Amino acid sequence: MIKLPREKAGVVYRTVREIRGPLLFVEGVRGARYNEVVEVRLADGSEIIGTVLDVYEDKAVVQVFGHTGGLSLDAAVRFTGDVMRIPLSEDLIGRVFNGSFKPLDGLPEPIGVERREVFVSVINPAAREPPSEFMQTGISVIDGMNALVRGQKLPIFSEAGLPHNVMAAQIARQSTVLGAEEEFAVVFCAMGIKHEEYEYFRREFEKTGALDRAVMILNLAEDPVIERILAPRIALTIAEYLAFELGMHVLAILTDMTNYCEALRSISIAREEVPARKGYPGYMYSDLASIYERAGKIRGRKGSITMMPILTMPGGDITHPIPDLTGYITEGQLILSRELEARGVYPPVNPLPSLSRLMKDGVGPGRTREDHMEVSNQLYMAYSEGVRARSLARIIGELSLSERERKYLRFADEFERRFINQGVYENRPIEKTLEIAWDLLAMLPEDELIRISEENIRKYHPRHRSA
Amino acid sequence: MSSQAGIIKRVNGSLILAQGLKGAKIGDAVYIGELKLIGEVVRISGREVALQCYEDTSGVKPGEPVIGTGNPLVAELAPGLIGEIFDGLERSELELWRLTGPFIGRGYKVASLKRDKKWDFEPRVKPGEEVEEGDILGTVQESSVIEHRILVPVGVRGVIESIEEGRFTIEDPIAVLRTRDGRRIELRMLQTWPVRIPRPYRERLPVSEPLFTGQRVIDTFFPIAKGGTAAIPGGFGSGKTITLQQIAKWSDADIVIYVGCGERGNEMADILTHFPELEDPRTGRKLIERAIFIANVSNLPVAAREASVYMGVTIAEYFRDQGYHVAVIIDSTSRWAEALRDLSGRLEEIPAEEGYPAYLAERIAELYERAGRVVTLGRDGRIGSVTVMGAVSPPGGDFSEPVTSTTLRFVGALWALDTELAYRRHFPAINWLRSFTKYVEVLEEFWRKHEPDWRGYREKALALLEEASRLEEIARVVGEKSLPNEQRLILLASEIIREGFLVQNAYHPVDRYCPPEKQVKILKTILAFYDLASPLVKAGVPVDRIRSLGSVVELLRLKEREKLDDIEKAFESVKRDLEELRREYGIGG
Repeated sequence: MIKLPREKAGVVYRTVREIRGPLLFVEGVRGARYNEVVEVRLADGSEIIGTVLDVYEDKAVVQVFGHTGGLSLDAAVRFTGDVMRIPLSEDLIGRVFNGSFKPLDGLPEPIGVERREVFVSVINPAAREPPSEFMQTGISVIDGMNALVRGQKLPIFSEAGLPHNVMAAQIARQSTVLGAEEEFAVVFCAMGIKHEEYEYFRREFEKTGALDRAVMILNLAEDPVIERILAPRIALTIAEYLAFELGMHVLAILTDMTNYCEALRSISIAREEVPARKGYPGYMYSDLASIYERAGKIRGRKGSITMMPILTMPGGDITHPIPDLTGYITEGQLILSRELEARGVYPPVNPLPSLSRLMKDGVGPGRTREDHMEVSNQLYMAYSEGVRARSLARIIGELSLSERERKYLRFADEFERRFINQGVYENRPIEKTLEIAWDLLAMLPEDELIRISEENIRKYHPRHRSA
Repeated sequence: MSSQAGIIKRVNGSLILAQGLKGAKIGDAVYIGELKLIGEVVRISGREVALQCYEDTSGVKPGEPVIGTGNPLVAELAPGLIGEIFDGLERSELELWRLTGPFIGRGYKVASLKRDKKWDFEPRVKPGEEVEEGDILGTVQESSVIEHRILVPVGVRGVIESIEEGRFTIEDPIAVLRTRDGRRIELRMLQTWPVRIPRPYRERLPVSEPLFTGQRVIDTFFPIAKGGTAAIPGGFGSGKTITLQQIAKWSDADIVIYVGCGERGNEMADILTHFPELEDPRTGRKLIERAIFIANVSNLPVAAREASVYMGVTIAEYFRDQGYHVAVIIDSTSRWAEALRDLSGRLEEIPAEEGYPAYLAERIAELYERAGRVVTLGRDGRIGSVTVMGAVSPPGGDFSEPVTSTTLRFVGALWALDTELAYRRHFPAINWLRSFTKYVEVLEEFWRKHEPDWRGYREKALALLEEASRLEEIARVVGEKSLPNEQRLILLASEIIREGFLVQNAYHPVDRYCPPEKQVKILKTILAFYDLASPLVKAGVPVDRIRSLGSVVELLRLKEREKLDDIEKAFESVKRDLEELRREYGIGG
C-alpha cells in the first residue's frame, strides 16, 4: 500500500453522493487539492486509494485505483492533503508489487530512504543528456538496422499471438553496452496481461539471474482496470530512483500499453469528456508522453532509463490512436509482422516500417563500426526493392521479372532467412551481424550499393576482402 | 500596474475558475494559488473568470488566492536572447536547472533574461537628435554574428536629451528622451511585448528572395521565400524533425528560432547538444551564435505549449524589426492545436471536428500571418522578414484531418512527407507529387543568376518524375521488362534524379549542404544525360547497357563530390561512353 505521509492525517468525509465507474463524487469537502491522494475505506474495512481529478468549491471528483465492487455511498473518504508519493530504497530490487504498490511477495511493506512523487516528474530538457551508447541486443534486425541506445524509448508494436514477449525477454537477457561492465536493473510493469505471460517473464528472468535485479509491478488481467493508470507511474518512479540516484542502468519493460490506454479511455468516458478519436480522450498524447518521456539520461548522473513499451495494435492497425500517438512520442518503433511469423521467421520484425531514431547517435566509428549506418541504409533500400519485386512476381510470375528484379527477390528471401531470422537464445555480436549483412549485399551488383561510400565498399565488401 | 485579487473556486487540470478579479481582461497574466503559478485569463462570465494555468496544478485547492497583474503575457526582449534555451513562458531552462535540479520544479520565478549581465552599448544617435519608434538608439554586439540593435520602443518619439556609452545591464537607463509634450522618458535596453499581438511595421512587402536551405529537394523543387510560410506534414517516422533540423542548421536566415512544441525530450537534448558544435557554412561561426531555442517538450504542461508558439514568433518579430531575416521553426503545430483542443474541452465549448474548437482555423491563420517581409518602423527603412515553417503531425498520417487540412489553406509551400519513401530510407522523404510551392515565380530571379533556364530544368525534371510515377504504376502490373525501351529510360532517368538528386544524406560531410550552383549543375547533368541517351535508346540501344555504364553509376554520386569540376568531368565521361555505344550500334550522329 502506498504509505501516506502522516499516518492517518487528513480529514475523513462520508459524503459520497455518486459512484460512476471508477469515479466518486464527494460533497461538502473543505480544501481538497487537485491531484491529492485520498484513501477510501469500504464497509468491510478494506482500503483503496484514489486521486482528486477535479475540485469545484466543496465538491471533489475522485478516481479510485482498485475494485469498485462493494463500494457504497457510505464509504469513508480521507483526503490526505498530499500528492501521491512512494517510499524508495535499494531494497526494492528483487521485489514484486501490485499496481497500488502492495507487496505480492509476502515480504513486508517497503520502508524508503526517500519519497518521490509518482505522477509528475519532468526532466528539464536542458539537463538531458542525449543518449549515445550503443546497446547490443544480439538480435541482428535490431542491432544492424534499428540499433537501440541507452536512454532510448523503443516500443514493440505487435499483434495478438505474435512473440513480442519472447523478444522482449531476449532483449532483457542479452542487452549489453560494448566494453562496459555496470550495474543494471530491470523494472517490469505488467498492465492487464495474462498470468501465463507474466509467468513466462518470471521464468526467463529467473534463468539468467535477472530476477534478482528486477522490480516487478504487476497488474494482471484480473486486477482492477483503473490500477493500470497507476502501475506504470509507480514502475517509472522506481526506475528513476534506481537510475538517477543509485546510478544504475535500468531497462523498463511496460506491457501491454493498449490495456493502459483502455483504462484511460474508461475514465474519460465516465467523466463525460469530449472524445478525440475512437473514444480516446484528446489528452492521450500528453498523458502517454508523461509516461514515455521518463526514459532518458541526465547530465552529470551515471544511470539511465531505457524503455521498451509493448503494445498490441488493435486489429493490426498501425493508424489506431494507441500505436499512432505512441509512435509520435517514442524514438522509433519495432513492428512485428504476421507475414514473417507465418514464414517461420523469428523475430518477425518487419524492418521496413521499423525505425530507431537514435541509431545514428549510437553507431559508427568509435562506437560500432564506420560502415554500420551505411550498411543499414543499404539493407533498407535493397530489402524494399526485394519486397516490391516479390509482390510483382505474385502478379506476373517470377519468370517475367527482369534480371535485376530477380536478384533483389533472391536477396529479400535470403535476407529474411539469414539476417532477420535467428534463434531465441542466439546472441549475435555486432561484427557477426554486419558480416552477414555484407555477405547478403554481395549478392547484388556492386554498383547498386549506392548508399555505401566507396571507401567502405573497398574495405568491407567480401569481394575486396578476399582479394 | 493595477493589481486585482480573486479566490479559486475550481481546479480541473490546467483550467482554474476564480471569483473576484474585478476588471480582469481576456489575456491578462495571473498568478495562481499559493505557489503563484503563471496563468492567463481565457474567459469572463459575470463574476467568474476562467484561467488557463501554464504549470502543473497538483496541490492547488479552492480558496487559494489569485492575483491579476492587469497586464498581458509578455515576452522580454533585450540582449541575452541569443543562444538561450527557454520554456514556453520564456523562462531560462538552464537557470531552472541550476535552481531546481534536473527535474522541473513549479512556481519558480526566473527572469527571462539575465539582470546582472553587462553589455557594451554603443550609441548610434546623439543628444539633440529627434527619434521616432523603431529608430536604432544604439547597438550591442551580442554574439560574433549578431549585432543587437536597440530600438526606440513602439509609440515613443521625441528628442534625445542624453545617451550613454559603456557597459550596462538591460535594466540600466541608457538614454533619456523628451517627448513633444515635455515628458521625460528613460529608455532601457529591456523592452516587453505582449506575445499574442503582432509587432507593428511600416509596410508589408512582397517576398522576393529564397530562404536558401542547401537541401536540394526544397531549394530546387519546392523553394520557400524569406517571409514566406511552409508546412511539413508527415506521419511518425517520416523524418519531419530531421528535415526541420537540417533547415535550422543550414538555412541562410540571420537568426533561427527553434520552437520544440510538445515534442521529444531526447530530440531536444540532441539539438541543444549538437547545435553549439556546428559551424555555419557561410560564416564559419558556430550556429549557436544565431539561434534561440524554446524547448517545451511533450511532458511539460500542455497549456504552455499554446503560449510557446507565440513566444517564438514574438521574439522573431523583434529581430525582424532590427532588420534581420528570421526563420521560425515549429515542431510541431499539431501539439499546439491539441493544447487548444484541451483547453476548449475543459471550458466545455461545443467542439467542431474531432474535438477541435471551431476557431482552430482562425488561430492557425493568425499564426502563419505573422510571417512576412516588411519595411520596419524607424526612419532608415530597414527590411526584415519572418519565415514560419511548421511541422504537422497528422494522426495516422491522414492529411484530411482538421489541423493538416486547415494548415494547407494558409501556407505558401507544402513539403509533404511520405512514409513509403521513409521506409526505403529515401530522405528527405518529401513526396514530389504531393508537395507544392507558390514561390517559384518570385524566386526565379535568384536562380537566374546561377542558371538562366533554371525554371526550364526544374519543370523538365518534375515532368520526368511525374511520367515515371505513371509508368511505375503500369510496371507494377506488367513488370518493368515489358515496358518499351524509351519508357524504361524514363524510369532510369527518374531513378537517377531520385537517388542522385532528391536523396540527400544529412550526415554526409559534403552532401548535407548543397550550394545553389552545385544543385543546378547536378540537375543539368542528369537531364543532359537523358537527352543524350534518348536518341540512342530510340535507335535500339538496350536500357540495360546504358544502366550498367560506370559513368552512369557515377551520376548517382555527383552529390558527394565537393568540386564542381568533378561534376563536369563526370559528364564528359558519360558523353564519351554514350558516344562509344552510338558507334558500337552504328547509329548515325
